[in-house]
Amino acid sequence: MHEPAPPPAQDGSAGAGRRAAGTLEAEVLGILRAADGPLTPGDVRQRISGGADRELSYSTVVTIISRLHDKGLLARQRSGRGFTYAPVDEASLAASRMSLALGSLDNRGEVLSRFVSGLSGRDARLLRSLLAEVGDAAASGPGDPAERG
Amino acid sequence: MWLLYLPLVLPALAGLAARPLAAVLDPRQATWVLSIGAVALATCSAAALALLTAYAAARSPVLSALGDYSPQVIRSADPIPNAIGAIAGLALAGAVIAVIVLFSRRARALAAAYRHAAALHGRDNVVVMPGPAIEAYALPGRPGRIVVSDRLLDDLDANGRTALIAHEQAHLSGRHYLFAAAARLAAAANPMLLPVARAVEYTIERWADEHAAAVTGDRALVAQTIGQVALLAGPRQARMPRISLGIVSSRTRRASLALAGPVPRRVAALLTAPPRRRIVLLAACSVVVLLAAVAALDTAGDLHALVEIAQAGQ
Repeated sequence: MHEPAPPPAQDGSAGAGRRAAGTLEAEVLGILRAADGPLTPGDVRQRISGGADRELSYSTVVTIISRLHDKGLLARQRSGRGFTYAPVDEASLAASRMSLALGSLDNRGEVLSRFVSGLSGRDARLLRSLLAEVGDAAASGPGDPAERG
Repeated sequence: MWLLYLPLVLPALAGLAARPLAAVLDPRQATWVLSIGAVALATCSAAALALLTAYAAARSPVLSALGDYSPQVIRSADPIPNAIGAIAGLALAGAVIAVIVLFSRRARALAAAYRHAAALHGRDNVVVMPGPAIEAYALPGRPGRIVVSDRLLDDLDANGRTALIAHEQAHLSGRHYLFAAAARLAAAANPMLLPVARAVEYTIERWADEHAAAVTGDRALVAQTIGQVALLAGPRQARMPRISLGIVSSRTRRASLALAGPVPRRVAALLTAPPRRRIVLLAACSVVVLLAAVAALDTAGDLHALVEIAQAGQ
């Protein structure tokens, strides 16, 4: 569960991207830090400076941003159909480092109170049937919450 | 003399009763009763082991010379076989070692948690953790922190977030990790109490769930939030077709809930009426614990009297 998502596949237009992946990441991070608020990948793409030789495809920008998000350097927020991104603040960075540190301890679960413990396949089935009942009871409600998210 | 074995038998009874008790008692009361009961029963059973060891050891010529009492008198009155005394001594040593090991491990984990909580210098006690994990936990400290992954916050609506934060806040303000630690230490001293420790870990979650239900005023919301998060965080399973859900009758449901893990039981408990206080059950639990204490104290008194008689007989 703590496995980070696999890094997004390198897209075909990465000729310039591969040459300077690190530089581009730093540049994107710089743009987001300088921005007044969260930005969409499209906003970031517009703000990346450079002439015609550095025209970046939208998917390249998304790849860079996802990589930064997976590294825990960007916080993501849902906005409409997509996401906006913002650099994480100091406390969150510390939290993510901490959760890495705690993850390496085998006694992690002993003092942390986690919201939910693991589910077996049976438990998941039982849970769905319980939740389906609530969904049915609240006829005007949002429906089965298990199907949301 | 059979009374001496009573504190060794009662923890097994407590182990059998723990899960049903956790299901019917008010979670806050259940947490107190089960954790105090576990510690008391573990103490009494350790005392009984110590007494069994002492009865057998009292026969040794070295001890009788040191204590200046008559080994003949002890031998004539002593019904504890050597083998049982030796087994009790070994069990007691094992219990002491297990408690020390677990205590130091928990203390280190708690100290690490305090350090990490102090290193987080956000203004708020809720800290958002970036990254793709579905994760939420309460980190004890001064102040304690609630750590939530931003991915999880994304997936919850405002009501769900309120329920989640209220649940974790209950863990912090109620110092729930102390109850869990006490029960686990008791189970380390006497493994028959392991089901009691697990029951305490469950009633702690129920306590926090009921707190979240009181804060949001909506038990079904808390149930849905728990279920939603558990399914998001759980192992990826093939989704059950909706059609098969209808055929779970309430009786098979009850039967499978009896064997289920904590999450479905928590959700089911929130979907029924809030638990009532059950004075009679609480009284019965106290009687069992008292019985163990009386038995241990009584035989300790017997041993003391016997040694005094033996000293007079010297």
